Amino acid sequence: MSPTDVAADRRAAPRASKPLDVQACEQFLVHEARLLDECRFDEWLALFTPDASYWVPSEPDQKSPLDMVSLIYDDRRLLETRVRRLASPRIYSQEPRSRTSRVVTNVTIEDTTDPVATLVRSKFVLIEFRRNEQRLFGGTSFHRLKTVDGDIKIAWKRVDLVNCDGPMDGIVVPL
Amino acid sequence: MRHDVIDDVASLVKPGSVHRRLYDDPAIFELELERVFGSAWIYVGHESQVKQPGDYFCTYLGRKPVVVVRGPDSKVHVLHNQCAHRGALVVALDKGRTGEFQCCYHGWTYHLDGRLKAVPLQHGYPPGFDPKSPSMAMLHVPHVSSYRGFLFANQSSEGPSLEEWLGYMTTSLDDMVDRAPDGELEVAGGVFKHTYNGNWKLYLENLCDAAHPWFTHRSSIDAAQQQSDEVFTDGAGEIAIRQMRQNGAPYSFWESQVGIWTYPNGHSFLGDYHDDKKLVAALNDPISRDYMDALERKKGREETKRIMEVRRWNSNIYPNLSFMSQFQQLRVIHPLAVNRTLVCTYSFRLRGAPEQLFHNTIRFANVVNGTGSLVLTDDLEIYNRIGLGISSEGAEWLQIGRGFQSDVPDEHGGRRGKNSTSEVYIRNMFDAWVGYMDEAAAPNHRRLESVPA
Repeated sequence: MSPTDVAADRRAAPRASKPLDVQACEQFLVHEARLLDECRFDEWLALFTPDASYWVPSEPDQKSPLDMVSLIYDDRRLLETRVRRLASPRIYSQEPRSRTSRVVTNVTIEDTTDPVATLVRSKFVLIEFRRNEQRLFGGTSFHRLKTVDGDIKIAWKRVDLVNCDGPMDGIVVPL
Repeated sequence: MRHDVIDDVASLVKPGSVHRRLYDDPAIFELELERVFGSAWIYVGHESQVKQPGDYFCTYLGRKPVVVVRGPDSKVHVLHNQCAHRGALVVALDKGRTGEFQCCYHGWTYHLDGRLKAVPLQHGYPPGFDPKSPSMAMLHVPHVSSYRGFLFANQSSEGPSLEEWLGYMTTSLDDMVDRAPDGELEVAGGVFKHTYNGNWKLYLENLCDAAHPWFTHRSSIDAAQQQSDEVFTDGAGEIAIRQMRQNGAPYSFWESQVGIWTYPNGHSFLGDYHDDKKLVAALNDPISRDYMDALERKKGREETKRIMEVRRWNSNIYPNLSFMSQFQQLRVIHPLAVNRTLVCTYSFRLRGAPEQLFHNTIRFANVVNGTGSLVLTDDLEIYNRIGLGISSEGAEWLQIGRGFQSDVPDEHGGRRGKNSTSEVYIRNMFDAWVGYMDEAAAPNHRRLESVPA
């Protein structure tokens, strides 16, 4: 099953007025990366639709988040809790805070025929520095983007890490 | 700089405290691999991971790479993953199915039971060379034993049988299997592999620690308690948030409602903590009802009731296994270095249960064992901080004495805490540790040169 098929299970939503173009998508993804790098997590959360999900699989080509574990699989309710926790003064796994730097590139539109949202694929490199250690993440992101009241929103986001099935220290800052 | 000789490792463990070197001295770590991991039964995997002849998977005994394989006669072998020729790793993939093993260096080929099958250019070896010699093989780990599908290996040919060694803890493994309507479990749903910069012992020492959730997991407890239940969930958030809220139970709950039980050889379990109706699904939930119906059809009403009343949280089999019989979770601890540990976690599908129940198992795995979990990441931070703090010249002796005066004997030959916040389970692990490590108990004892950490 492709990401498109998985996303097709999402609840029906109003048709976007027109498919998004690649330039608008790229600008949006760069904006999203900036919000995360600047720890503006509430604003990042506001990019998602009320029924969105956010998924970081634990295996390459993972078909579903339902019958296989995921490094992260948040529905909207859990995503809100994740973001609220990041603001907690007692989040010990962010004491000290991580600093991150993300590069988003190779943006392509994969599917414009879906009446609900535009499927966008991009590549990323993420450097995370925390407590004297630097980690490097890289991989492919898939976003299903749609326009709601004139704003682009994320209906579904999937992040495929190159090392998704390898040994890993904890992930606290969203990818 | 420290440089001294340990000739009495047992002196590093006192009734209510342990020396900090047990967590940061590389020489002690090496001795643990030899004596603890070298003579205890080590969990290697589950029989469902090698269903058919030729099925294999790779794991480690301590740090030694081994391959677990089902032979043509259906017998499970645990072989050292090393070519008898030049020592290369023979099996390079994590798992698979094969008819033979072949080394990629010079093509030495082995049967599934480890015997050497073929050697190219055999005529070139000296006259005494015998490919049929028992040493010309992928060598067997001497003892392999299974309890209800759970496979253990033992590098020592002495000591008790697996069942004897597990003792009363067999009841926790029974509970895991009994919950399957068809009486069978299957490893399924992928693996988490999480790592931390700290000693391997810290992991088991935390899993039955009832005094830490309220404090360590405060950030996720607060975030979950403040979460509106009106927001859309597909089930993932619902299960995770229930779990995080439950972690916020006050100390009075832990001191009055939850129990800790310990048994010989370092084993223990934390009981009466969460149960299904608080966590995975309410009892009136359609998935739970379907599951209970399936269980009752196979096992009868009385037996189903008995099974549902077993409410164990973590069961720990010292030194490398922890599992949650109630929630189909299992963790395997792999020591990598004195200050580096890998933990692999697995989920189980209950044969005969509705598939939806397995989806709940996966949702629960993500919150309890997930690398990106809102809960586990704070536990990993604790292990990292102990890893950092332990090398300080501050406290020489670490405290494990909580509840020391109030522990009581258990009717099955163990000891239990007066309540769940007793550190009796840590003291119990160190009793086992001394048994394995003490020179009198270890025939291959050598004087240990300690080096700076």
